[in-house]
Amino acid sequence: MNILSLFVVIPALMLLMLFLSKDLKQIRAIMVAGATALLALSATLVALFIQERAANPEAVMLFTQSVTWFEPLKISYSVGVDGISVAMLVLSAIIVFTGVFSSWNMPMAKEFFLWYCLLSIGVFGFFISTDLFTMFMFYEVALIPMYLLIGLWGTGRKEYSAMKLTLMLMGGSAFLLVGIIGIYYTSGHTTFNLNEIAQTLHIPIEHQRWIFPATFLGFGVLGALFPFHTWSPDGHASAPTAVSMLHAGVLMKLGGYGCFRVAIYLMPEATHELGWIFLILTGISVVYGAFGAVVQTDLKYINAYSSVSHCGLVLFAILMLNRTAMTGAVMQMLSHGLMTALFFALIGLIYGRTHTRDIREMGGLMKIMPFASLCYVIAGLASLGLPGLSGFVAEMTIFVGAFGAKDIFPFAATNTFTTTLTIVACCSIVITAVYILRTIGKILYGPVQDKHHLSLTDAAWFERVSAVGLILAIAFMGLYPSGVSGLIYDSVAPIIERMAML
Amino acid sequence: MDFTNFLMMGQEIGLVAVFLVLFFYDIIASERAKQWFLPVTCVLFAVLTLWGFCPDKPSGEAFGGMFIQSPITVLMKNVLNIATLIVFLQTAGWLGKDELRGRRFEFFLITLITLLGMYIMISSGNFMMLYIGMETASLPLACLAAYNKHKERSAEAGVKFVLISALSSAVMLFGLSFLYGATGSFYFTDMSTAVSGQPLVIIGLVFFFGGLGFKLSLVPFHLWTADVYEGAPTSVTAYLSVVSKGAAAFALLFALYKVFGSIEQVWQNIIWWLSVITITLGNLFAIRQTDIKRFFAFSSISQAGYILLGIIAGNAQGMASTVYYVLVYVFSNLAAFAVISAVENATKGQTTIAAFNGLYKNNPRLSLVMTFAVFSLGGIPPFAGFFSKFFIFMAAASSEQYLLVFIALLNTVVSLYYYLLIVKAMFINEPVSEPVRIRSDVYNKISMLTCVVGILLLGIFGFFFYNIADKFSFGI
Repeated sequence: MNILSLFVVIPALMLLMLFLSKDLKQIRAIMVAGATALLALSATLVALFIQERAANPEAVMLFTQSVTWFEPLKISYSVGVDGISVAMLVLSAIIVFTGVFSSWNMPMAKEFFLWYCLLSIGVFGFFISTDLFTMFMFYEVALIPMYLLIGLWGTGRKEYSAMKLTLMLMGGSAFLLVGIIGIYYTSGHTTFNLNEIAQTLHIPIEHQRWIFPATFLGFGVLGALFPFHTWSPDGHASAPTAVSMLHAGVLMKLGGYGCFRVAIYLMPEATHELGWIFLILTGISVVYGAFGAVVQTDLKYINAYSSVSHCGLVLFAILMLNRTAMTGAVMQMLSHGLMTALFFALIGLIYGRTHTRDIREMGGLMKIMPFASLCYVIAGLASLGLPGLSGFVAEMTIFVGAFGAKDIFPFAATNTFTTTLTIVACCSIVITAVYILRTIGKILYGPVQDKHHLSLTDAAWFERVSAVGLILAIAFMGLYPSGVSGLIYDSVAPIIERMAML
Repeated sequence: MDFTNFLMMGQEIGLVAVFLVLFFYDIIASERAKQWFLPVTCVLFAVLTLWGFCPDKPSGEAFGGMFIQSPITVLMKNVLNIATLIVFLQTAGWLGKDELRGRRFEFFLITLITLLGMYIMISSGNFMMLYIGMETASLPLACLAAYNKHKERSAEAGVKFVLISALSSAVMLFGLSFLYGATGSFYFTDMSTAVSGQPLVIIGLVFFFGGLGFKLSLVPFHLWTADVYEGAPTSVTAYLSVVSKGAAAFALLFALYKVFGSIEQVWQNIIWWLSVITITLGNLFAIRQTDIKRFFAFSSISQAGYILLGIIAGNAQGMASTVYYVLVYVFSNLAAFAVISAVENATKGQTTIAAFNGLYKNNPRLSLVMTFAVFSLGGIPPFAGFFSKFFIFMAAASSEQYLLVFIALLNTVVSLYYYLLIVKAMFINEPVSEPVRIRSDVYNKISMLTCVVGILLLGIFGFFFYNIADKFSFGI
């Protein structure tokens, strides 16, 4: 069996074993074993990928395999990865692993983990697919468990949020599906395979004009593109810890990944013509999300709006259409995935003890739970882009790439348009510092607001596992960025080359 | 007389044979022997269904082109057989009641007659034949709807069904008379050469749609659906919602492809509007329902709208995806009805959605079956409904109906909303009354198992079926 298919097979096996499991002990054993196996698998994949890449520098995708599925409709199950997908797979494995530990004491554990495994099948399957049908199928597999995970195990206005999230994302996938079918027919209905369409077929420009916005919007909704981001704050605020982690950490990356893998890669001409519209929208996302976070008082809402801002930056960088910025975009996906997961893990930890997420009702937590507070500070510093942590390398790469970006858009001859937008987006760094420092100052330092908080305990061992794991990954990325960007930089090339040919 | 004609009617003859065996069993057998009514019926019918899948059935035209058998019609009849078999399995709890003692066989006999009518509809090569099939299928259905005759609602459903079906037959016959006037024949083959854009033909076509639209419960002709579905016994509702609907869809498909192929533009326009309003209105009305049977009535209306998306394509892909869609719809909808009848039997006839509140706490398996069913109906992977929806959208897009596909897709989001309401009721809501541990009978369990296997396997391993359907299908 192809090594990539294992990423789907392992969660599927976990699902099956969970069905047969009897008590909490078995459930935990299955989840830890499975998540560890996935983590090990992703590490193996990185090693193998680097080897294989050195031996075979020309191929766009490695480890490819294709099995015919629905022959009359030219649908096949095809897998393959480049550096970007490998990076995403590693990210997903880390977050699935830490998510298991963050939901150690879930009520109705069996059901929770069943849906959790289904969600991971969708996520992993999406990143390994190169066939548009398979990709879309996994995409939807990842969306629907959200409804029950939030609706059943969530907090606050969970039913409303769960429904809103599901319907908005499904609305996005309606755009996406019509786009995918459009790609298939207008490229000559011979294949659903992404790479084949990109390399040998061509979609006529008059069709690209409607397919590009449809697919970009479809994925953009999941990537929290303004003004379709409103599901994200509500959804994240109501979701249980592990689900917030997985959702903000991985699922929102499906949006960004899909935007360039499908929308931009397959339709370069339309990207040239229409990309500027979305570039403006993403610029708004970046700044608006940051401002939104400044005025929120609920920890999860703050983090959710900050996710809107950071994920907006991913789409922003992708649309700059140059190699540096796009590499930065992928690094930002990784960095944001890791630190936002850390944030949500810690918020879950704090909320589980204080039973409030309102920052006005908390204070002085540094003395009460020093370990958790320290982790929170590290996450905050990563988020506002302190050198040595992951956020800095990602944002730096993005802004360097974006500032020097040639204006590829038809109406502007010089690079004033992109430069202006870059300057606007840069402002978000300052605003990020405002809300991060405000939150840290408010809840970690200062006087204790509630006497009951004094008796709270610090993080338990399983919570420490999850936090330390994420911090290690963040620090690794911050201290050894060339290792990560090297993986990505080559893989961006085919997309950029298609752009350059125009 | 040339008896070789009958060779082609293997499935019809088999069905009549099953009917006769049951009929004489009912007359001859003692009360004690009659206790085995359900296993006997199911085994006999299962044999017929399995036999239908044996390859290499003779095909061709019989009785001068009146009756047409081809591999694809055999396949369609098999789909209907599977659905009927599952419905039979679900009747155990209802027919086992004391008040129906002595009338149990009638249900199966009448159902088999309607099925025969549907076979004829599918295989007809002549509009008169189609009409006879439709009447054979419609009138006994009214008996079935009124089967719980001591219940007012059931009797009301029967009367409504009879009146509206009579009206729609009249409308259809009126249309057929126009068609006859314009082309001078009722044979599909003769008519297809004579049909061009004559106004008379177009008027006839519109009236013809009215007749079949009633059976499919497309939107302007759907008003009977909710009332009849609500009043009829649950098993009959299940039968109406899948078998009767599937047969009508297949008959419409053949009539449009074979006879009106040359005026494709005209009927594609009609179908475009019909499917948009059917899907949209079906969805919007479903949201407001509080009775689960009415709810599924509107959901099945919108599903009929999706079936039209396969028909509109006008090519082999459209036919294959329609057959596939109906098969998946059979499993998904019948899984839902299996749960509904289990809950109904356990709660003394409660069919409100509120009766499903908190079902998961005491009946996790039942709720899981229901969840699979509604997810499949809503088109969520990895369940079969996702695949069938995707293929039907692809079929519609193959004739460049992108806008229609998009409207239908937006509607799937709406439909997901109300399907999720059911899921929410079962998993999230608190039970209103004392929760009951529901024990369904073994037959209903078999039917649920079959449906769940179908929902799970027809998607990922659906290519077995789809490839066969694709091989036998043909376009205009």
